Amino acid sequence: MNQRPSFLLDGAEVPFEPGQTVMQAALAAGRYIPHLCYHPEFTPHGSCKLCTARVNGRLMAACTTPAGIATEVESETEELNDLRRTLVQMLFAEGNHFCPSCEKSGNCVLQALGYDLGVMTAGFRHLFPDRPVDASHPEILLDFNRCILCELCVRAAREVDGKHVFSLAGRGLGKHLIVNAESGRLVDTDVKVTDKAVEVCPVGVILRKRVGFATPIGARRYDQSPISAQALADAPRPLERNHD
Amino acid sequence: MSTLPLETAAHPEQLRRVVIEPLSRVEGHGKVTLLLDEDGHVEQARLHIVEFRAFEKFIQGRPYWEVPVMVQRLCGICPVSHHLAACKALDQVVGATTLTPTAEKIRRLMHYGQILQSHALHFFHLSSPDLLFGFGSDVARRNIVGVAAAYPDIARQGVLLRKYGQEVVRHTAGKRIHGTGSVPGGVNKSLTAAERDELQKDIYQMIAWSRDAVRLVRKLFEQDLATYRSFGTFEARTLSLVRADGAMDLYHGGLRAQGADGGMIFDHVDYGHYWEQISEEVKAWSYMKFPYLRALGHENGWYRVGPLTRVTRCDFIPTPLADRERREFMAFDDGRAALSTLGFHWARMIEMLHAAEAIKDLLHDGDLLGTDLMTDGKRQARGVGVIEAPRGTLIHHYRVDENDQVVRANLIVSTTHNNQAMNVAIREVARQYLDGRTLTEGLLNHIEVAVRAFDPCLSCATHAVGRMPLAVELLDADGSVADSMTCR
Repeated sequence: MNQRPSFLLDGAEVPFEPGQTVMQAALAAGRYIPHLCYHPEFTPHGSCKLCTARVNGRLMAACTTPAGIATEVESETEELNDLRRTLVQMLFAEGNHFCPSCEKSGNCVLQALGYDLGVMTAGFRHLFPDRPVDASHPEILLDFNRCILCELCVRAAREVDGKHVFSLAGRGLGKHLIVNAESGRLVDTDVKVTDKAVEVCPVGVILRKRVGFATPIGARRYDQSPISAQALADAPRPLERNHD
Repeated sequence: MSTLPLETAAHPEQLRRVVIEPLSRVEGHGKVTLLLDEDGHVEQARLHIVEFRAFEKFIQGRPYWEVPVMVQRLCGICPVSHHLAACKALDQVVGATTLTPTAEKIRRLMHYGQILQSHALHFFHLSSPDLLFGFGSDVARRNIVGVAAAYPDIARQGVLLRKYGQEVVRHTAGKRIHGTGSVPGGVNKSLTAAERDELQKDIYQMIAWSRDAVRLVRKLFEQDLATYRSFGTFEARTLSLVRADGAMDLYHGGLRAQGADGGMIFDHVDYGHYWEQISEEVKAWSYMKFPYLRALGHENGWYRVGPLTRVTRCDFIPTPLADRERREFMAFDDGRAALSTLGFHWARMIEMLHAAEAIKDLLHDGDLLGTDLMTDGKRQARGVGVIEAPRGTLIHHYRVDENDQVVRANLIVSTTHNNQAMNVAIREVARQYLDGRTLTEGLLNHIEVAVRAFDPCLSCATHAVGRMPLAVELLDADGSVADSMTCR
């Protein structure tokens, strides 16, 4: 009899396939680990650290940690969720996130995570960076105010669109999203409104123009159910296999 | 220096200064200063708006479709007005010169819902304590809690009228406050049959209660006619929107301006070029500008907007119960009630009745359930949207560049139009009630009663939360505090 390998996640057994990460195995098993820069269609990145879990006693990013090295994983603990709330607060404080007038509100992963994790206060003094909007492209708006440096657009352009439209430049607090054009303007890149990179932004940085608030309140993605439930609903399911 | 009576004292350095700050039971933050001579005669009275907003500046560079949702944050009471005025302006930018029937009717329903809730809030929560207990009555009970104890039915009706209006807004905009229902070119939702049925269920009760409220104000006038007739009353020019046939229309129309004697200054003017008729003056002592009719100049061209103007200057109200009440109001006391500052309350309740009737009519219109929500056309660089907000005429004006970014904005909000009129009203009350007398909290409240009649939204009050205590300080000519009083 073939026994599928597994690890314990918060005390529950989670089977995994060879090559899977802790995150992939957990989601496939119907177990949610909060995450932000992880996306099932792209190479794991491990930068946002929202998915940090205690793997065999060490803090590690669940999205990049091979399931094969894990024996015991802790995720749903007050200590880890406190850290996650702090990370979300820092992301809000670093940019200019004005949810009340943002068209991404209700469809925004950062906002949905804030609600799901129970972030109740700003926590940090806002930095209010000066980040001008790039509205040069006729079909796409770039609002850098909301960028959280997740690089989903970078990965989507590279891995799906086969282009190099977006990148990160600078270091530390000066790190920022740039586009691949001498002018620095989106209109001078080869981006198309149909590109995967345009649809994948989890916050309101890359937007199709003139869509705005077309979706009424109540019908937006996270009006329906919290992000934790939707992440599980969207997760790839393992193929049924005969264990005998 | 202004030559307007009591605006600027000749020798302020010799005078005592009395400050009423903050004004209570109004939307936002403001203060009144009085300068008195040694015999207590009023030499100067000013209403100051002490908040500084910067919406016109910080929406520059933002994409135009974001603006209707952003600018409504000007106000927590009448956000729908800013939401719709911005959309009306941006309809022109996207070339939507005529909306679909469903879109226009959903917007109108949203607007009437807001008129209903805002007028109910103002009359029952903010002003009825003065009117029911007396302007100088015990301050401890001169509030909505006191009204609830002494007149529980009136307070309950006020709360439920407001709640109903908020529900209308929720079903059309998605939220009771700061929704997203209106978008440039139309709306993002219509009503479902279930939503319509829910609103239909209570609308006849709302009409009945609104009618009772009109009758209540009439009764207050009858009980103390001398006071109500003259309190803070002054002659004013007026400005409002009217429909092409002269009817009251709170959502759309042409501009009508009349002199104090009712003579027409202009009528049915296309608001798309409002700046040809209206300009604004800046005075050093207030953050709020002073609009005036260009033809008459800044000294003589100030005017009054809002419910009293709309009810008395329209040719008729296009709903039967409200129009009957309008005619009675116009005839009452040989027409003097319709000229009085406290007539604002009566006119406001007539408008609330009109809003309830208009909601009833719309709820029986099949277009509300339609699915054709959006339209567009030839793109324009500029758009002007004007609407009659609960407090008066509201102007939004935007210029948008070829990249869809707002490059210029000008907003003239209702309370700004009434700036000079409110100043004149408080000067009149100061002259009538305070001149040469020992000041008490009750007497100073008379000043606030005059300001409240206009239902000013001093900041378009987004963040006015918590208690707003009244603090009065009596200062000597050298600025030291001679006496003070705080009421919480």
